[in-house]
This record gives sequence, C-alpha cells and structure tokens, in this order.
Amino acid sequence: MIDITMPRLSDTMEEGTIAAWHKQVGDQVKVGDILCEIESDKATMEYEAYEAGTLTAILVPNGGLVAIGTPIAQLDNGKGGATAPAATAPAAVVTPVVEVVSAPAAAPAMADLDDRTGIIASPLVRRLAREQHLDLRDVRGTGPGGRIVRADLGQASPVHVTETPRGAAMPMASGPLVDQKRGSKEIPFTPVRRVIARRLGESASSIPHFYVTAAADVEALVQLRGQLNEQLAALGRAKVSINDLMIRACALALREHPLINASYVGDNAPSMLVHDRVNIGVAVASNNGLVVPVIVDADVKTVSELGAESRDLVSQASTKGLSIDQMSGGTFTISNLGMFGVEEFTAIINPPEGAILAVGGTKKEAVVVGDEVVVHHRMKFTLSADHRIIDGALAAQFLQTLTRLLENPLSLII
Amino acid sequence: MTLMSYRQALHDTLRSEMLRDENVMLMGEEIGVFEGSYKITAGLLAEFGEKRVRDTPIAEEGFTGAAIGAAMLGLRPVVELMTINFSLIAIDQIVNHAAKIYGMFGGQAKVPMVIRTPGGGGQQLGATHSQNIELYYAFVPGLKVVAPSTPADAKALMLAAIRDDDPVLFLENLALYNTKGEVPDHDEPAIIGKAKVTREGSHLTLIGYSRMAYVAKKIADQLADSDHLDIEVVDLCSLRPLDRETIINSVKKTSCAVVVEDDWLTYGIGAEVAATISDGAFDYLDAPVRRVAMAEVPMPYAKSLETAALPSEDDIIKAIYQTLDAIGHRRSKTGPHD
Repeated sequence: MIDITMPRLSDTMEEGTIAAWHKQVGDQVKVGDILCEIESDKATMEYEAYEAGTLTAILVPNGGLVAIGTPIAQLDNGKGGATAPAATAPAAVVTPVVEVVSAPAAAPAMADLDDRTGIIASPLVRRLAREQHLDLRDVRGTGPGGRIVRADLGQASPVHVTETPRGAAMPMASGPLVDQKRGSKEIPFTPVRRVIARRLGESASSIPHFYVTAAADVEALVQLRGQLNEQLAALGRAKVSINDLMIRACALALREHPLINASYVGDNAPSMLVHDRVNIGVAVASNNGLVVPVIVDADVKTVSELGAESRDLVSQASTKGLSIDQMSGGTFTISNLGMFGVEEFTAIINPPEGAILAVGGTKKEAVVVGDEVVVHHRMKFTLSADHRIIDGALAAQFLQTLTRLLENPLSLII
Repeated sequence: MTLMSYRQALHDTLRSEMLRDENVMLMGEEIGVFEGSYKITAGLLAEFGEKRVRDTPIAEEGFTGAAIGAAMLGLRPVVELMTINFSLIAIDQIVNHAAKIYGMFGGQAKVPMVIRTPGGGGQQLGATHSQNIELYYAFVPGLKVVAPSTPADAKALMLAAIRDDDPVLFLENLALYNTKGEVPDHDEPAIIGKAKVTREGSHLTLIGYSRMAYVAKKIADQLADSDHLDIEVVDLCSLRPLDRETIINSVKKTSCAVVVEDDWLTYGIGAEVAATISDGAFDYLDAPVRRVAMAEVPMPYAKSLETAALPSEDDIIKAIYQTLDAIGHRRSKTGPHD
C-alpha cells in the first residue's frame, strides 16, 4: 500500500488542485496511466502512475486544493502494509487534517479529529514541544503524510521567529465574507489567480517602482507593417502585428542597455544579476487569467519569427496548454493594452525581472513635421523599473533607444 | 598560495616528502619509466633513482605485501594501486596484514605506509574498473582512509598520511585530477579524522566526500545564486576515523541533511553518516536524512547508461528540494522569487 502525494510540478508551486480524477476507487492502474489532472499555479498537467496496483482510496476529491506532499490517494501495489481496505485504514486517522480549501464537496477521507493518538511530528518538533510545553494536537502538519514540522509551529516556537516573512502580510479576514447588504457571492480562487494575487502583491509592496513614459511617432512603423503584411499575405504567410514589432524593438533596445535586462535577487545577495539572454515575456489575458508566455532569445529572432511564436503562445494560453517551461526564464515583460483603446498605463514588475513595458495603442494625432501640421500615428509606452538596480537616467536612455528604433523601423527588419 | 591541479598537488607533495625524508619511497605498476598511469609520479624516477621509485610487476598482492614489510622495518613506502578496483587483489594484505600487525603483535611493529589509489566512475572503463569500494577499507579498524576533494586537501592529507605511523588508504578520484585550486606553499599536514565545513549555511546540510564533496559545494553555490538557498556543505575528508562531531553539529544547526556518495546506496558510507546523525542529532531532525547514491547495478559501459547510473546533479538538487519541501521551507517563505 502506498500513498500517492501531491507532486511539485513547478518551482513556484506550493499547492495544487485536483482538476479531475481519471481513475476511480477500485480501478486497476498500470504504470503510465493518467491518475488525475492537477492544476498548479501555472498549468494543468496530467499525473501519471509510477507504480501499478489498485486504487483503494481517493483522499482529495475533484476541486480539492492541498499542499504538495499531501497524500491524495492510496494505491495497493500488492506489497506489504495495510491489509484492511483503505477506507477504514487507521492511516487515514493519523493524517491530521487534509487541507481542502476550495473543495465544494466534503472530503470523504477527512481525518477523524477526535482521535488524537496518532500525531506525527518530526523529532525536532517533539523536542520543541517538550521544552516549550506546546500542545501538538492543535497544530496542523503540512509535511509529508501530515507530519508536523518546525515551520508548522508558527510564532509559538521561538526558533521560528528568525524566519521573518518578507512583505506585508494581509490580515486574515474575520467574520462572514458574504453579506446580504452588499449582495456578495464567493468566486473560489483558481490557482492561477492565487499566484497572481500573491506575486503581484509582493511585487507592488516590496519593489520600489518608478515610471518613465515616452511617445514615438510610429507613422513609418505603421506603413512598414502594411507593406510587410502585403508581401507576407502574397506569400501565404501570417501577418505581423504592432506588438511583434514592439517585441523586436525591445529586444534590440535591451541588447543596447543590458543593465535593464537584469534582476535584483535579494537584500542579502552580494550582487545583482545581468542576463546574457534576452527572453521577453508577453502578458496575455487568457480565459484562465493573466499568463506570461516567454519568447526566449527574442533578440536573435526576426519579426516574422517573433510573430509566429507569439501567436502560437497566445493561442495555447487561451486553451490552457502552456507548459511551465514556456512561462519561465523571462528577463523582461511587455504588457500591451493598445487593442483595448488604452492610451497609456503603468504595469507592475513581474519578479525577478527588473522592468516591464506598458504599451498603449497607436493613435492618429496632429504633429508638427518641419513647419507643417500633419496627421501621424503616435504611440505611448511606460517603463516600470526596479529602482534598486535601475536609475532614472538609464530608464530614460532605454526609452530613447526604443523610440529611435520605432521611428526608424527599417532597423527592426534588417 | 599557488593555483594548481589536484594532480600537480599530489606530485609536488610526494616529491617534497621524498626530499624531506629519505625513508619515503614509491612502489607501483608503471610509476617509474612510464611515470604513472595518471602521471602523478612524473619525473620522480629520474630524480630519485630506482631504489626509491620502484616499478613493480602486475602483482598487487606481492608488492603491497613487500611494502608492508618495508614499513615494518622503518621505511615509509607510498604504494600506488592503479585503481582502487585492483586493490581487491591485495585486500588480504591490506586488511589482514597492514591493518592488524600493530595490534596483533602487541605494538612491536608499526606499519607507516600509504596506499594511493583513485576511485570513480564516469570514464567508460566498464563494471570492473569503475567502482567506489573505499567502504571496504573504511570498514576495517587499524586502517585510516582519507579522501581529499581539493588540491589543497590533497596536499595536506598526503603530508599527514606519509607522516602517520598507521597504514593509510589515500583515495583519489579520476574526475578530480584535473580540477584546480589554491594550494598553500607551506607544508601544513591535515589532521586525519577532521571533516571540513566548506560552505556555511542554515537551510540544509549537504554531506559528501571526494568527488561528491566537490559536486556538493558546486551545487550549494549554484542554488545560493539561483534560489537563495543557504546550504551548508560538509566535506568528510576522512572516512576512518569519521568526524562525527562536525556532522552532528551541522545538522543541529540546519535540522535536515542530504548525503551524497558515488558508491552504492545499500550499506554505504551515506548509511553510516545517516546513522551518525540519528544517534547524535535525533532531537534536532525536522525531516528524515536523504541519501543520493549510484544505481545498484554493476557500472554499465554504454555512456548513456553509465551517466544514468551515476548520481547526477539533478538527483542531488531533487533530494535537496524534497527535504526542504518536507520541512515546509518553501511554504514558509514569501519572497517574490520563490
């Protein structure tokens, strides 16, 4: 009998939701069979069986959210252990509490909370409990199999005080969340939303952002795009968008200003990181929330290559097919709300990147060229930069280069 | 300090000890005219002559026995066994004679000899030539077993081994010969039986020896950069005596440990280290001690299979994260880069 536990599917994953069980209790499982689909903070992935046997218990139902390492099912692999069926196995009792945050249905394998005989705690926790007279019955274990580890002792344990959490913690909401006066209803967080909330909250509260805005005359760019697309259409190839040209321009500008392509990696780190590769994330509002697929080595790709790649990634994002790999390793992000008619806006940095560019739409304006007033397309964009590693002058120089590239668009396609 | 390779540090130390003490002499297969399979003894035959640099027949039991006799009568022989795999031919001499003579004969004769020999797989030398069987010797009271992972330690431990009055098995490693490091210019012997904390840290104790101590340090440095992990690395340096105190003190500080070794898992050095931690730091453990070791197969010859059989850096990183996950290290952190 073995426990199947919530796996860690990505570096940032801390908990996962069972999207759907593919096997039911009593089903025979072969190595490689899909047991269930697991929704992590970044993607939904199929979880394959590593051992063959009979599925004897499902401990976390569809929709259940649990920390990694928590048992989600039991498999009888014919080796050793319990002879009793898992439904009545005492093992279920000693698992203190299966944390099911947003599970709509009651978890059938919830521990019997009245039976406290089987507390599982690490030796360190047991010693601390002895020394400090802590009652472990009140502590929920988050280690493998529900083991209580030092981290679970919280502020009650002096040794924990050394681990000061970064950033301001949100006070826990108390009292009923839903009230009639406001007519509110609950929409459970998806894992993606949860991660967005946490990461952007941390970014906004811990990174000293500053913002620099510039405008470019993109008349030539708009015309060039028209010509390019005519030729691409004649060849039966996909068109390029303003955003594709923007990715290319940013990649070249980052090459020229490598210190923007950088990361602040912590107050205790002896250095900042400057990245050799230019990997540009493109913020996408997908059906499943904000995701940022990354185009790696954007500085060595042509505009049409960038166009094809970003179109693939965007369509994959909407069908929720992006892999962890496709969303990691970014060094800079572009967020473009131009298609919604937004003129300009500011964006929150996507850590550990050093900067993000918020791009507005192209808009016809009256501009003075020579001594004449003419109608040209213009575009505004705002760089949000991490002031711990990027200073105002550097941000301004970066935007100067970007403006120059956009106003002389042939430099983007040669 | 001088920057030099592990190979050079061994060569220079053998040479300086031969200059210091005329009783120090070398024996082994092809160490003279051919200058050694791994060129540790390059130039020494020409400098010191046949009397002190002896090429031997391919007969490990014979020349190891001869060296034991020479040591009993006052010389300080340094025997080279071409690889630790060939020590199996001489294991009766090492285990039943070198290790036992001092005790069995009431201290009438000491056996101040060194057996130098490289272990290590990964060179496509096949199952019989790729083993890490230092455990067989670390098991035996009466022997000392040292395993340096850096050029500086290679020098300091070689000085200590040659000057020690007990037989010392000196474990080298094929993959370390070309690694470089700063080596002190002065002759300061190591204390045999002392481990080293090669990197201080608070999150987890990573323990290894020989090549794996080198890999452990590299991974700890890398994870400090990429993931802000603060890993403490313990290089055992000596397998017998084993420095239990340093291991226990480190785990008392970090509350969890991963042991990495190039040899097989079952009954291995890692098992001894894990038992040491269980004995001495049980009440400080927040997670079980994990071990990373080679696959339990005779070493395959095919490159792909050989690579798969050896413990990889990924295997070690995975074990580190499994351990940190088990103690909720990541769950308790809220930094923006986690």
